Amino acid sequence: MRALDGVSIDLAVGQFTAIMGPSGSGKSTLMHCLAALDTPSSGQVLIGDTDLSRLRDKALTALRRDEIGFVFQAFNLVPTLTARENILLPLSLAGRRPDQAWFDTVVDTIGLRDRLGHRPSEMSGGQQQRVACARALVSKPSIVFADEPTGNLDSTSGAEVLGFLRRSVDQFDQTIVMVTHDAVAASYCDRVVFLADGRVVDELVAPDRETILEHMTALQAVAAGPA
Amino acid sequence: MLRLTLRNLFARKVRLLMSGLSVILGVAFLSGVLVFSNGLSSTFDGIINGSTPDGVVRAVDTEEFEGGVSGQSDLTLSPAVVAALEDLPEVERADGDVLGFGMSLLASDGTLVGGTGAPTLAFNYHDAPNMAGGQALVLTSGSWPSGTDEIVLDDGAVEAGGYEVGDEVRLLAPFGQLDRTARLVGTAEFNGGGTAGATLLVFSTEAAQEIFLGGQEVFNRISLTAADGVTQRQLVAAASAVAPEGFEAVTGDQVAAESQDAVGSFLGVINTFLLVFAIIAVIVGGFIIVNTFSILVAQRTRELALLRALGAGRGQVTRSVLLEAFVLAVVATTAGIGLGLLLARSLAALFRSVGLDIAGDALDLTGGTVLTSYLVGIGVTMAAAYLPARRGAKVAPVAAMRDDATPERGSLRRRSLVGAVVLAIGAGFAVAGVAGAPGSDAAWIGVGAVLWILTIAAISSVVGRPVLVACRFVFARLFGTTGQLAAENALRDPRRTGATASALMIGLALVSTIGVLAASLNESVDDVVDEQFTADLLVQSSTFIPFSTEIGDAIEQVDGVGVVSRQQWAAARVDGGTGDDSVLVTGNDDAFDAIYDLDVVEGTQAVSGAEAVVSTDVAREMELAVGDPIELGFQGGRSLEMTVVGVVEGSEVTGEVSIPLEELARAGIRRQDTTISILVEPGANPATVRDAVDEAAASVPIVGVFDKQGFAEEIRGQVNQLLYIIYGLLALAIVIAVIGIVNTLGLSVIERTREIGLLRAVGMSRAKLRRMVTLESVAIAVLGAVLGMALGLVIGVLLQQALSEDLTSLGLPLGQLATFLAIAVVVGVLAAVVPAVRAARLNVLAAIATE
Repeated sequence: MRALDGVSIDLAVGQFTAIMGPSGSGKSTLMHCLAALDTPSSGQVLIGDTDLSRLRDKALTALRRDEIGFVFQAFNLVPTLTARENILLPLSLAGRRPDQAWFDTVVDTIGLRDRLGHRPSEMSGGQQQRVACARALVSKPSIVFADEPTGNLDSTSGAEVLGFLRRSVDQFDQTIVMVTHDAVAASYCDRVVFLADGRVVDELVAPDRETILEHMTALQAVAAGPA
Repeated sequence: MLRLTLRNLFARKVRLLMSGLSVILGVAFLSGVLVFSNGLSSTFDGIINGSTPDGVVRAVDTEEFEGGVSGQSDLTLSPAVVAALEDLPEVERADGDVLGFGMSLLASDGTLVGGTGAPTLAFNYHDAPNMAGGQALVLTSGSWPSGTDEIVLDDGAVEAGGYEVGDEVRLLAPFGQLDRTARLVGTAEFNGGGTAGATLLVFSTEAAQEIFLGGQEVFNRISLTAADGVTQRQLVAAASAVAPEGFEAVTGDQVAAESQDAVGSFLGVINTFLLVFAIIAVIVGGFIIVNTFSILVAQRTRELALLRALGAGRGQVTRSVLLEAFVLAVVATTAGIGLGLLLARSLAALFRSVGLDIAGDALDLTGGTVLTSYLVGIGVTMAAAYLPARRGAKVAPVAAMRDDATPERGSLRRRSLVGAVVLAIGAGFAVAGVAGAPGSDAAWIGVGAVLWILTIAAISSVVGRPVLVACRFVFARLFGTTGQLAAENALRDPRRTGATASALMIGLALVSTIGVLAASLNESVDDVVDEQFTADLLVQSSTFIPFSTEIGDAIEQVDGVGVVSRQQWAAARVDGGTGDDSVLVTGNDDAFDAIYDLDVVEGTQAVSGAEAVVSTDVAREMELAVGDPIELGFQGGRSLEMTVVGVVEGSEVTGEVSIPLEELARAGIRRQDTTISILVEPGANPATVRDAVDEAAASVPIVGVFDKQGFAEEIRGQVNQLLYIIYGLLALAIVIAVIGIVNTLGLSVIERTREIGLLRAVGMSRAKLRRMVTLESVAIAVLGAVLGMALGLVIGVLLQQALSEDLTSLGLPLGQLATFLAIAVVVGVLAAVVPAVRAARLNVLAAIATE
């Protein structure tokens, strides 16, 4: 059984892309491969001109640190560090000095300047996710991967996080890929790619919520059909 | 519930194995010590019973003054006495014994065989049976000695000396002609098996009389064998009527009991000594059990809550955890007992290689050893698991639905408050000790110290914080974010860090206490030597065995030697004292006063004729003052009536009672020297004189020539030897503590799998991750070391204050403490190896996906 089979996908710079699909469609696997967390058994993943499948662990680590930003569904933050330290973690691991102006911009965009000294346990789930987003952006990565970033949040907090991601694409020309099965979340994106049984089956550009829902329902019907 | 418990055990084999290891090691040490000491005492019992006849006729008071250190009595028994005893109807046979002290065996290369440890026993051979009717000695090769130039040795001595049967064996006699040789005609051992390390020199009666009794046909003891149907009591009653004045008849049972007491008290010291360390190891192991189960319960909070939600009672949850502990304890204790047996056997092999042979068949598990080990192993484990088990049962069922479920814990504030109170109580004990409360000062401080160690262990999470914060500062400076994260991890769960560090803390507190005491002892020795040893050179044996006066005669002829003072030491009883407490009496020659200046409290230090000088201790105890008569009782019932002419402060250069050297001979002590003090002539080259004195003493290898510095070094060497043995024994407690750190780190890594995944995802390299885990481990180890050393320093200094009469100066082993800290860092690094590699190997994706 292959999680992904013959997937070919191009992600454009400065675009907010959503990957959608029913459970088991391979969307998480795709993202892990794209994000250098996992290596495909065959095929290539290119970021710019760099072929990820040919990099060793050390280089992959450096690549993750410098070129890729992550936002996970939960457990995004190191509990022993403050919000500021968490945001700056990738930079301090790399031994790089943060760009203060950029840091301020990012912090102001997430609107948590007054909470920078707090530890994750002193913040709400939405605030934690926004800190995670800030961390993903502060190293100016080529691409940010978000895995169900709003999966554990209520709709208000979710909207804040998605709004922030949207703004970073619009204002800072950031490239973002988000895995989700939430049509509302996907509607913030420029493009939605649908996966089923490890293949790309459909694609929408500048979608709205209803169109996405229709496509999802159709996919699920197809998926349920032959079984 | 039982099935669930067992399944839990199997599911966590590795973690339990680690905590089980601490129990295994502790129990192994305990059972090993028990097996070893059983073997040791049964070996000695076998030898004692196998070499003791039905009864003996011996000099009065022999038991108290036995050993040869205090000189040999010239009381003898004539063959007529032997004949008279043999004529008694109760006596089957009577055999004259010649027991000689102070003879040494030289190896074929001229070095000393044995000498420092076990005694060298010289005696005549006869075939009188032992109490059980068997032979006292068993020939293992060759034949028994006859004539004046044959000898039989034990196998160990033959091997150590590099001899073979038929060789000429080199001997050093205590009197008369010093250098002797004898032809080795056979080898023998005690009927009980082996010699327990003693060197046996067996001569014919004729040869023994020539060497030890000046060639007279006399004896210094008689072995009695009872006639058929005669009890030992009847035998002794009959023999007592015939025994001449100054001699007594005693039963073989009594002789054996006396020997067993003497050996027993010596073995008792060794056993207690070893047991103390075994107990420390077990206690440290207990700490690790507490910690492991705390972590396991914390990690299983949700599962336990689910059980509670499904209807399990609190008792059931507690019992489930305790049952896990029980199974662990049984398995670990069983393994520990097996390991202990191995440990005892290898220890015996080690002793055998240095000459102390312990009967191999005696090294077996007795019911008592097994029972004790199980009781201790299971008891400690269950007791240690009880608190975590109780805490686990307090988990509310609703916690099953929560995300961040951790069991409820008592407030740290209350704990530190209670801790502070107990610390103050401990301080109270210590102050009482220093201020001189009734009873032993050191015991008061000891109680305080135990309270402190346990309390600090309990509140290490609070008192250790500053150390960890300091670590964070240093690590962040040195290693940046990695260092900061490591220190933050150590600070994250202060209880866990504290409990893990406590195991190490206990070991290091003891090590540092001992270190301070040893350093103080060395300082004090230096001071005493500096102040009291005013001689330029000192000649004596390291074990204080008296030697022939010929050496002193030779030294007096050496060019450049000025004053030579000779001393002979003997044990005696001061009148009014009980039989047990004998005092050391020194016979000092006239030159003594020319070299040594004693601290005279009353009267004078010079003695002549029937005069004695006593130490302040003896004067106080016996209520003696200048002018009082003093009676000294010696071996064989002889006594000296003296007059006290002076009271002096106790000194290392003379005994508790000093009398003129010639007076000792009057008490029937054969003339030998114990110590020779030398002043070099003004203007003579000290190095040349020393070389010449060395040469004069070279014929007797048991004797050493020391200058002031060498003498202090000799004593310091003995102190340090003991110190290293103690360090070696405490090393086990530290090894167990290391296991605790490995365990905690391993569990923490598992617990933080997701976080580690996150760190790797945002760009932490494997190397940095390993470094992070290692630094956390170092932080824990440094915390344990710092707390332990601080505590050990305080306790050591207090003990030195309490013992300031003997430990006159305080020594701080700063170099050693720095070494301990360095070792702690190394320990931390080593403990982290496995957990760090495991953490680094975690698959990033799997780590993040872990639920």
